[in-house]
Amino acid sequence: MNFKLNWRGTSYGVKLPEAKLTAVSPIERAPLPEKVIITLHQNIGAPCKPLVKRGDKVLTGQKIGDSEKFVSAPVHATISGEISGTTMLVHPATGQLVEALIISSDGTDEWVVPEAKDAIDTLSVEEILKRIREAGIVGLGGAAFPTQVKLSPPKDKRIDTVILNGCECEPYITSDHRVMLEYGREVLSGLNIIRKVLSPDNMYIAIEDNKQDAIEHVRKLLASMKLDRNCKIVTLKSKYPMGAEKTLIQNILAREVPIGGLPMDVGVVVHNVSTARAIHDAVSERKPFIERVVTVTGAVKEPKNLLVRLGTPLRDLIENCGGIDGEANEIILGGPMMGISQFDLGFPVIKGTNCILLKKSMQSKEGDCISCGRCLDACPMSLMPTMLVKYAKAGRYDACKEAYIADCFECGACAYACPANIPIVQYIKIAKSELIKRAAKK
Amino acid sequence: MTGDKRILISPGPHLWSGLSVSKIMYLVTLALILPSGAGVYFFGYRALLVMVTSVATAVLTEYVSKKLRKRAFVMDWSAVVTGLLLALTISPTVPLWMVVIGSAFSIGIVKEAFGGLGHNIFNPALGGRAFMATCFPAEMTTWVLPAGFVADAVTCATPLNESFAFPADKLSLYKALFMGNVGGSIGETSTLLILIGGLLLLVLGIINWRIPLAYIGTVALLTFALGQDAIFHILAGGLMLGAFFMATDYVTSPITNKGRIIFGVGAGVLTVVIRLFGGMPEGVCFSILFMNALTPLIDRYIKVRPYGLKKAGEK
Repeated sequence: MNFKLNWRGTSYGVKLPEAKLTAVSPIERAPLPEKVIITLHQNIGAPCKPLVKRGDKVLTGQKIGDSEKFVSAPVHATISGEISGTTMLVHPATGQLVEALIISSDGTDEWVVPEAKDAIDTLSVEEILKRIREAGIVGLGGAAFPTQVKLSPPKDKRIDTVILNGCECEPYITSDHRVMLEYGREVLSGLNIIRKVLSPDNMYIAIEDNKQDAIEHVRKLLASMKLDRNCKIVTLKSKYPMGAEKTLIQNILAREVPIGGLPMDVGVVVHNVSTARAIHDAVSERKPFIERVVTVTGAVKEPKNLLVRLGTPLRDLIENCGGIDGEANEIILGGPMMGISQFDLGFPVIKGTNCILLKKSMQSKEGDCISCGRCLDACPMSLMPTMLVKYAKAGRYDACKEAYIADCFECGACAYACPANIPIVQYIKIAKSELIKRAAKK
Repeated sequence: MTGDKRILISPGPHLWSGLSVSKIMYLVTLALILPSGAGVYFFGYRALLVMVTSVATAVLTEYVSKKLRKRAFVMDWSAVVTGLLLALTISPTVPLWMVVIGSAFSIGIVKEAFGGLGHNIFNPALGGRAFMATCFPAEMTTWVLPAGFVADAVTCATPLNESFAFPADKLSLYKALFMGNVGGSIGETSTLLILIGGLLLLVLGIINWRIPLAYIGTVALLTFALGQDAIFHILAGGLMLGAFFMATDYVTSPITNKGRIIFGVGAGVLTVVIRLFGGMPEGVCFSILFMNALTPLIDRYIKVRPYGLKKAGEK
């Protein structure tokens, strides 16, 4: 089934160099780390409280941190061994200090006794949601929002459409691409579980047109698994940020999520393909979410797609790929557009880590805005980024608010396109945090 | 845990298109070589001399202004564009010292005094041209017939002047206007080469089609509606050069697409009004300058509808 984009879909965004160095590299299992660092706050929502203390023996898959809050996800031991200590880490996305548990491996990778598998058809929705929550699954596209929360819409919000997101529109990253190719069956099984929970009328699998092999593969699987009746593949143009939730909904369904709203307000839920795979593992295989595919790429000798235990230090993975090759002075967790540069190779892989990118910084001097309007053309939210920057520079944060600054999800398309090299996202972040501070004072 | 000193922390995004301001200005300069070449072909070495003088003065003025303002001088080609554009909008017979004054005014007053690139209200080249037209009205309106490198210059009227000797058949007039074989400013006569340069910028994504289309379209429609020869009006004078190379100046034109259409239509209406009812034969320069002045106002009131904001009337 081919879909035509609605006219707006092609008019915004930016065309990026793809640099998908690892698109044809099969997923490799990384060796078991000697030590893992499990941060107790990996997702949007409440942090976990530790369930174990220093000196405790833990088994692979054992829950070691949890929270009673609704918007939260537990964390598990990803190797077997001993809790050798705790530490404080700077969270890569929020920049806040978070507590972390260190597990030293005993080398055996002994698992907790898995619970009995059963036929999915016999499970109730509550049981499925419970299993997803207990497995600690969060959105793996980057936002890391607890998955069971997304799957529990309020009663008055009817979900008519589920979109499975396999766009992977950021350059370099190929983890979702390889998951679709190598774990396609699990991904679709996960989608089937989502269907059971939400019973939508339509389901779409969105893939960008630069992943033809994945499109073909998933198409065949859909037919062989007899899922193709109410699930269609949508081929989307490779343009950044095509894979962002709101743009995806606009392009596939010609619906716009209201300002300040959520996709469920327009009857849609979007899940990442890797999340679907994790849902399958949790519900059908009864395995907690303890490993994920991470693309290690850029300036490393041998870029790879690695299946990695969560908590593995970045250093281990970079060494696994032959170490740093050539000039690189930035370690980016995530893609080159929305990824965040890290200062420490000892930082661990967390649930939302889809890519480790090493590259040379492209930072250069900020110039004056020449009002060329490229940032307006690039903005998927149709904001006016240069005006936001002007207001932010002048300290007019209320004007920022009136110009819908809260709607910016910091994709960076504007800054990519800016001829004057203005760090637009940075200014927007400053204005946003100022506004949050002011709101807190009131 | 300790950090590594070789590691750099920078805000995202960590990619950049590489299309810098300087590269954009360089591409505009390249596109301007076509009408400039036509100017030299039709008006000889004198035209070249005017261009070189204007560009050299512009760059030098920019350098001195930056030093006076204690800012770093960056050779970003924008002064070259201004100098070249100014030269293209004046007669090849203007004395060189006047060119120096005009070019210095363009950069020193119209651009740098307002804060430099990105902060000027008026298009620097047109600002300089308007200044020259006010200071040296006689020299600025003395036109010569295209004579190439050989013959002596013979003064004439431009096609927009009432005293212009119209050829008998319209086709040969259109042809002369399209190729550029008429009297006028150095770079405005050859519609063909301006179009090629303009299309080049359109294809490269340097300029937006809205302003040229709205501008030229408005002039064509309005002159046609007023019973004039619309084809003559879009080919004659500085309309093509103005529409593709000056009205599209980023800094002095609106930032939104809607605003750009308003800008183009406004400039078109003003050009026709000045040409048909005003005291001057040509109105491109002043109509663009007038719309430059309106640009901050347009940008203030014309906004883009953000994603997810309900349209007026929607529930």
